[in-house]
Amino acid sequence: MFDALDWQLLGLVAEGLPLCPRPYAQIGLGVSLTEAEVIARLSALQQHGLIKRLGIIVHHRQLGYRANAMIVWDIPDDCVKKLGLKISRCAFVTLCYQRPRLTEWPYNLYCMIHGKDRDTVLAQLAALETECALEQFDKQILFSRRCFKQRGALYSQSHQQAVHG
Amino acid sequence: MMDWQKRLLDDFQRDFPLSPTPYQDIAERLGVTEAEVIGALSDLQDRRFVSRIGAVIPPNQIGVSTLAAMAVPEAQLPTIAEFINGFPEVNHNYEREHRLNLWFVAVASDAEHLQAVIARIERHTNFAVLQLPLLDDFFIDLGFKLDWRHV
Repeated sequence: MFDALDWQLLGLVAEGLPLCPRPYAQIGLGVSLTEAEVIARLSALQQHGLIKRLGIIVHHRQLGYRANAMIVWDIPDDCVKKLGLKISRCAFVTLCYQRPRLTEWPYNLYCMIHGKDRDTVLAQLAALETECALEQFDKQILFSRRCFKQRGALYSQSHQQAVHG
Repeated sequence: MMDWQKRLLDDFQRDFPLSPTPYQDIAERLGVTEAEVIGALSDLQDRRFVSRIGAVIPPNQIGVSTLAAMAVPEAQLPTIAEFINGFPEVNHNYEREHRLNLWFVAVASDAEHLQAVIARIERHTNFAVLQLPLLDDFFIDLGFKLDWRHV
């Protein structure tokens, strides 16, 4: 139901809306769509979950959230989804993904906690582990140190023929 | 930061107005002018508090992506990080406290393109790149909840 123009539009909006009074009209100029068409297409993309969120994207580190922990667990495959969904419901969790295990890296569930200091993040993690009964699983905590790069993906550069799925 | 600017950051990380004049709509809700909203967002971008007004797309909807991890000697880390940053396909790149100390995300139009980028990084650095692509996304993104008490 979505066409190439939708994917192109999605790429442009992922990179950022212009800061001008009629940003959707401005975006439309690049893809030969009217303002109304841009808005209609974006609404449809949002309704179908192809836009997870539309709004201000903050640099959390600049705003004082410098303690950023990625926690990985080795969870049995048959309960990873249930636990992933439960972890996601926790207010201080900012990402929660399942990824494949590798021989040298046997972890399959990833979650991020962003906080202002390390002690707060560790306390939040302890609460999360109790709440979701995660203590029994092997885990690693990886705090971030330097941020070398953080920005949205450059979809429109490398995705002239975007593929869905 | 003024109270209305904090509300701007709190209330418009999601459900950004899909109307012809979104900044005007926001201004009305915050009791300021459209020019003030646009000016504040531009200023917050200059101060690097705000990355952009944009859409967050679920991973792997457009193209293919992977989280990647490398174990790099401390002394070589800045140089290797800079080399990896040079790829437009790479959008996040962090040092983490672990033996696997360099973690980045690469996005490309297709699997072949993505593997070419990873291969070039491995060839140039002589270190292995572990690939950890997404299998399932459990998170519902509602934006980043800011605690203003200590900002």
